[in-house]
Amino acid sequence: MTSENMDFDVAIIGAGVVGCAIAREMRRRDLRVAVLERELDVGRGNSSRNSGVLHGGFTYKPGSLRARICIEGNHGFDAVAEELGVPFRRTGKVVVGFSEDDMRSLERFKAVGEANGARGLAIVDGARLRELDPSARGEFALHSPDSGILDPMAYTLALAKNAALNGAEFFFDREVFGAVRRGELWELFARTGAGARDAEIFRTRWVVNASGLGAAKISAMLGIPGYTIRGFKGEYFVLDKKAGAALRMPVYPAPDQKGGFATHATPTVDGNVLIGPDSYIVEDFSDFSTTSARMAGLVRDGLKMFDEVKPEHYIRNFAGIRAKRVDPATGEVLDFVCEAPEHAPGVINLVGIESPGLTGALPLARRACALLAGREDTRPNASFDPRLRGSDRIAGTRFAAADDAGRSAMIARDPDHGEIVCRCENVTKAEVLAAIRGPLGARTVDGVKTRTRATMGRCQGGYCQTRIADILARELGLEPSEVLLGKKGSNLFVGSVRP
Amino acid sequence: MKSEKKAVVVIGAGPAGLAAAVALKKLGVEDLVVLEREDAPGGILRQCIHDGFGLTRFGESLSGPEYAGRFVDEAAKLGVDFRTGASVIGLDAGRRVTVATREGLVTYEAEAVILAMGCRERTRGALAIPGSRPSGVYTAGVAQAYMNLHNRMVGRRAVILGSGDIGMIMARRLTLEGAAVEGVYEILPHASGLPRNVAQCLDDFGIPLRLSHTVVDLRGSSRLESVTVARVDENLIPIPGTGREIPCDTLILSVGLIPENELSLQAGVALHPRTRGPLVDEFFRTSVEGIFAAGNVLQVHDLVDFVSLEAENLARAVARHLAGSLPAGGGIEVRAGEGVGYVLPARVGGKEDFTLSLRARRPDRDVALRISHGERIIKTIKFRRVLPAEMLRVQVRAADLAPSAAGSESRRPEPLEVSLTC
Repeated sequence: MTSENMDFDVAIIGAGVVGCAIAREMRRRDLRVAVLERELDVGRGNSSRNSGVLHGGFTYKPGSLRARICIEGNHGFDAVAEELGVPFRRTGKVVVGFSEDDMRSLERFKAVGEANGARGLAIVDGARLRELDPSARGEFALHSPDSGILDPMAYTLALAKNAALNGAEFFFDREVFGAVRRGELWELFARTGAGARDAEIFRTRWVVNASGLGAAKISAMLGIPGYTIRGFKGEYFVLDKKAGAALRMPVYPAPDQKGGFATHATPTVDGNVLIGPDSYIVEDFSDFSTTSARMAGLVRDGLKMFDEVKPEHYIRNFAGIRAKRVDPATGEVLDFVCEAPEHAPGVINLVGIESPGLTGALPLARRACALLAGREDTRPNASFDPRLRGSDRIAGTRFAAADDAGRSAMIARDPDHGEIVCRCENVTKAEVLAAIRGPLGARTVDGVKTRTRATMGRCQGGYCQTRIADILARELGLEPSEVLLGKKGSNLFVGSVRP
Repeated sequence: MKSEKKAVVVIGAGPAGLAAAVALKKLGVEDLVVLEREDAPGGILRQCIHDGFGLTRFGESLSGPEYAGRFVDEAAKLGVDFRTGASVIGLDAGRRVTVATREGLVTYEAEAVILAMGCRERTRGALAIPGSRPSGVYTAGVAQAYMNLHNRMVGRRAVILGSGDIGMIMARRLTLEGAAVEGVYEILPHASGLPRNVAQCLDDFGIPLRLSHTVVDLRGSSRLESVTVARVDENLIPIPGTGREIPCDTLILSVGLIPENELSLQAGVALHPRTRGPLVDEFFRTSVEGIFAAGNVLQVHDLVDFVSLEAENLARAVARHLAGSLPAGGGIEVRAGEGVGYVLPARVGGKEDFTLSLRARRPDRDVALRISHGERIIKTIKFRRVLPAEMLRVQVRAADLAPSAAGSESRRPEPLEVSLTC
């Protein structure tokens, strides 16, 4: 079945952090905006599969797009975090060294960072390093005080919610498989529903390619062939908050000869620790599985940086795949692309966006909007509200983060806060309901997880998953076999035990 | 925020909390409250619809709800005050217990706090099992809750990793509901659960138990499509080339239980390095004054009958604590010697008779359990067979301890050591 009733000014392919940021920024103008996402939620690709670091911008080639958006994103993050209520801490970061070679690397980083406009970079001695983070090893370090940590899923969701509340329309389970230029419009064909032949056509004046790992394919589909994306996979361990008590800031080892960072330890805003990622090239961009050999390597290398890499602290593992644009002949990693070439009318093309794409999502979005503004006059959207409000803000609204007086007030306001659904992370029923009922509400267990942290604690849903599945089924009117973990087809149940 | 004073606050209305509350009431302790996060008492027994509970205590085979029901009924007769839908979210060393309820936060200031939170299941993440992360991967207890409390069928073709009791019980349960169970894979060279469950849940249903095997990979990006199992060597490391892929839509994990001590840690209660439950003495006193622990929060039991018994012993100690008649804390360390996985309590005063609970490190035949105090062997018991799955309980008479232990304050008392050797 094919339906064709959708006309937009801008259709963004991909609801990762960049796509969501673009949707939000596009809505500052009077444009009808759609976001097409093949998964059932925002941020299911690399936007949620990274270290959650606000990068300082001292490793990227001066003058590169990567460097510029990183510095701009870093310096501007306090403002957007405040607007959207996104948890974030400017913890600073250290890159530690042991040898003369390491020292030369760190001095090079310092020079590069300063050329890029990074602030406050300093080489510190061992004593100062231990003052900054007592758990850090190393004889000396490069300290980047502007680096920080944020919750990448919360940030992506916040941008998406803000975009949606300002009128951007999100379409999930829409995998764009074809694009045709008809006159002044693009027709995008999106697969949806159970059958592979079901398709919807989205007509739009502008297409934005923000499809991450799929960017080269989509780019070619839109008439801009020739890009090569190579997938660099990295695996992670998530450690218990008990381990997190020992780590104040991201601690990276000095880079290896090839300039890459080996396994590092990163605290999360919620108090856990990430160990990873490692890095290896993969062909299959959809395979996020972890492997025993790589996990063993993470433990071996992680222990060089952080004592608490112990089995008793293991909570979970995950993997991400960085979509690096490379020169196919030499394998050299190339800069981010954000373009609107003359020969591909109506296309804004973002290719090779990986780290620091989280830090630089908003600056990238502004550049994407500027490309459109350079081609046509648009009216401002007078009703645009850059702020999230109420429980759509995460910072300062979570039950878990409140003190007893705050918690009492929350329960008095809504007794559903008195029911603790997730025991490890102290997530209340009211928060789960808000996650489902709110803008871009959760449709799956993972959707509730990314919005509330329920199931993310040390028991991994042992206590709360049954409750969340019940609440989802009730709220959404689902049959048992329709309750999903996260992806299409990821049903939790095959039906009822007895009729 | 509401604040109430209580003589005793019991955290958890599972088998340990129920038995402790009933026993305390019978001992004349009236001013007590039992806090339960679920909407009914019974704890994990509520989802254990199989039988086999109560053989030791009641001399008959009950289901989990029936076993719990006996205590719930008795508690009701005695007028035990249960607060259900009440999640304890805070506990401090001053015995302030903070509870979230729909009516608001309540703080209890207790003379004695009884930790009876039970245990939780070890997860896939804790074992760092590699592979994709599809749906269809459940811990045994979660699968049991879905099937028995929520009427949700978790899958049609299952592999079970780990031969813990709940895993074996779920193998049978899935089979009875029409699912195909491909096998139970256990990394150790022996079953983790009770022999009766191997016989009644696996052998009787023709479900193979494959020892020295583990799961090394999962496939399927949406729902589980297959797992790969492999043989392990004597160091429990998978042997390359022994992998076999088994198509299935469900993986059930029964790979261990961990005493649930997050609240205990908040209060600063010291934990035992092996059991990961509180360090207690023979009166179930933890390292924090006035906080006691029994049941699976203390050590993971194989039989609920002994949870009840342990909680009743704890209740007697708590009643004496309230009356001020409990002896001062003991200084005799109790050590696990050769062949012993762990022994509780970790220290005793030794002025009164007490019970030791312990587990064998490995299955063995014709072994002697020896308790030595300093140079002297004070007790020897012969066993035809010991299994790590079966908790051993041994009475020790205070009179049998070496005299220096009970009396002398001047020098450090010699430790008790328990061993299981040929």
